[in-house]
Amino acid sequence: MKPAPALAEGFPDLSGMSIAREPHWFRWLSAALIILVLAAIARAFANGQIEWSYVSRFLTAKVILEGIVNTMVMAVLAMALGIVLGIVVAIMRLSPNPVLKTVAAGYTWLFRGTPLILQLLLWFNLALVFPTIGIPGVWSARAVDVMTPFLAALLGLGINQGAYTSEVMRAGMLSVDIGQYEAAQAIGMGRLRALRRIVLPQAMRVVIPPLGNEFIGMVKATSLASVIQYPELLHNAENIYYANSRVIELLIVAGLWYLLVVSILTPLQMLLERRFARGTLRLAQ
Amino acid sequence: MTKPLVAIRSVAKNFGEFQALKSVSLDVWPGEVMCLIGASGSGKTTLLRCINQLATIDAGGIWLDGELLGVREQGGRLHRLGEREIGRQRLKTGMVFQRFNLFPHKTALENITEGPVQVQGRKADEVRTEALELLRRVGLSAKADSYPAQLSGGQQQRVAIARALAMKPMLMLFDEPTSALDPELVGEVLAVMKELARSGMTMMVVTHELGFAREVADRVVYMDQGAIVEQGRASDVLGAPREERTRAFLSAVI
Repeated sequence: MKPAPALAEGFPDLSGMSIAREPHWFRWLSAALIILVLAAIARAFANGQIEWSYVSRFLTAKVILEGIVNTMVMAVLAMALGIVLGIVVAIMRLSPNPVLKTVAAGYTWLFRGTPLILQLLLWFNLALVFPTIGIPGVWSARAVDVMTPFLAALLGLGINQGAYTSEVMRAGMLSVDIGQYEAAQAIGMGRLRALRRIVLPQAMRVVIPPLGNEFIGMVKATSLASVIQYPELLHNAENIYYANSRVIELLIVAGLWYLLVVSILTPLQMLLERRFARGTLRLAQ
Repeated sequence: MTKPLVAIRSVAKNFGEFQALKSVSLDVWPGEVMCLIGASGSGKTTLLRCINQLATIDAGGIWLDGELLGVREQGGRLHRLGEREIGRQRLKTGMVFQRFNLFPHKTALENITEGPVQVQGRKADEVRTEALELLRRVGLSAKADSYPAQLSGGQQQRVAIARALAMKPMLMLFDEPTSALDPELVGEVLAVMKELARSGMTMMVVTHELGFAREVADRVVYMDQGAIVEQGRASDVLGAPREERTRAFLSAVI
């Protein structure tokens, strides 16, 4: 074997040298500027006409706590309704049946195309259109008794959410490789079973981040139900400031609670994502 | 007198203007290993997909185990079968795909048990025992709890073969089972298929592995432009082709 050719001169060995720390002047400067701006804002609020004692007193007031409970109950129920509707509508949209397809597209068009607050008001005022509702000959009731603020908010928020969720679900199902449908069919599965056992579990992985987005949106959208007298957080905060005129203080109370809830939801979403990531990560073998 | 397991009569299939199959007729006999060869677009994969009804035929008929596939004759007309009936007919065939199509959210074992438990409604523990035996047969006993992403291509395809066998099919369809594999992984999949052929399984294999065809196939069918050009014993079709088109294809491949 021939010896390796001699290396050229003029290229010294650098292996002993360490890399010097960069000064990062701009980082220090920008941090100082930001702190200054934040301090100015804090000072303005501290000297402004805000009675912080009201904020801390009402932060845990019974009415406010009831409000946040009602907000969360409504957000969870309306989102559940939205997801069920969304899955059904997405499956209809992807079905070969033209009637189901058209109905699904029409539903999405109608409920995405009108403002949510308008839909809530329509549900709440349904009694103006149908004084009594029911199944002819079986059961009937006065619409004003049935269409409580709770039910109107649930229907309004849930059905509207279904229109958005259906598109998220459809995107998730389309992201699953066509070969997965074929493999499911090849072992004798029908369309619905293949969707339930094979396609939806894989689609979930894709749809959880956008659904988390949608749920956070839903938590805040429940505040619109304040216009139809549903006793959620903002509605209860408003009721308090109508009485004591501490408007900003109570809006800050409500804002802090929304921030807290949303902050808790983010790590919960990560747990869910991990659950549905089965098999997709190259785990330790 | 034995009957063919698969009888294909004057089958045509179009994709828009493109004629994928032009009046193909063919018999596959019980226990026969048939290799379908030909250039891409020649219709061999489409023919397999028509047999397990992933594609619907436009004309002609296919009988599997004496039963007409996909349609029912009544009052001189053909009526399409419902999804449930088609699902039942599909259980007689097992399909192995070029790109494996294992379910990525299920382990190797769960991939195999899914069909027997969910579709055939069989007992989970009994199916599990059979599935472990199938994994042993394809040489993957140690990988029962691995997810597809943790397996090599060759291992995935062997799990896919086990998954198809778990349904106890009468006929196995292989659609270019080694085309998506790195060269060094082809052998392990072909070995499993050879073992399966020796066990007496009826097999239709779309392949470019002429060595496999020569060694294992009872019959080689050469297709071109949606039609069968030449068929016969592997040694004849591959060794001494009669048709000019077959000769041209073989000299291009080898």
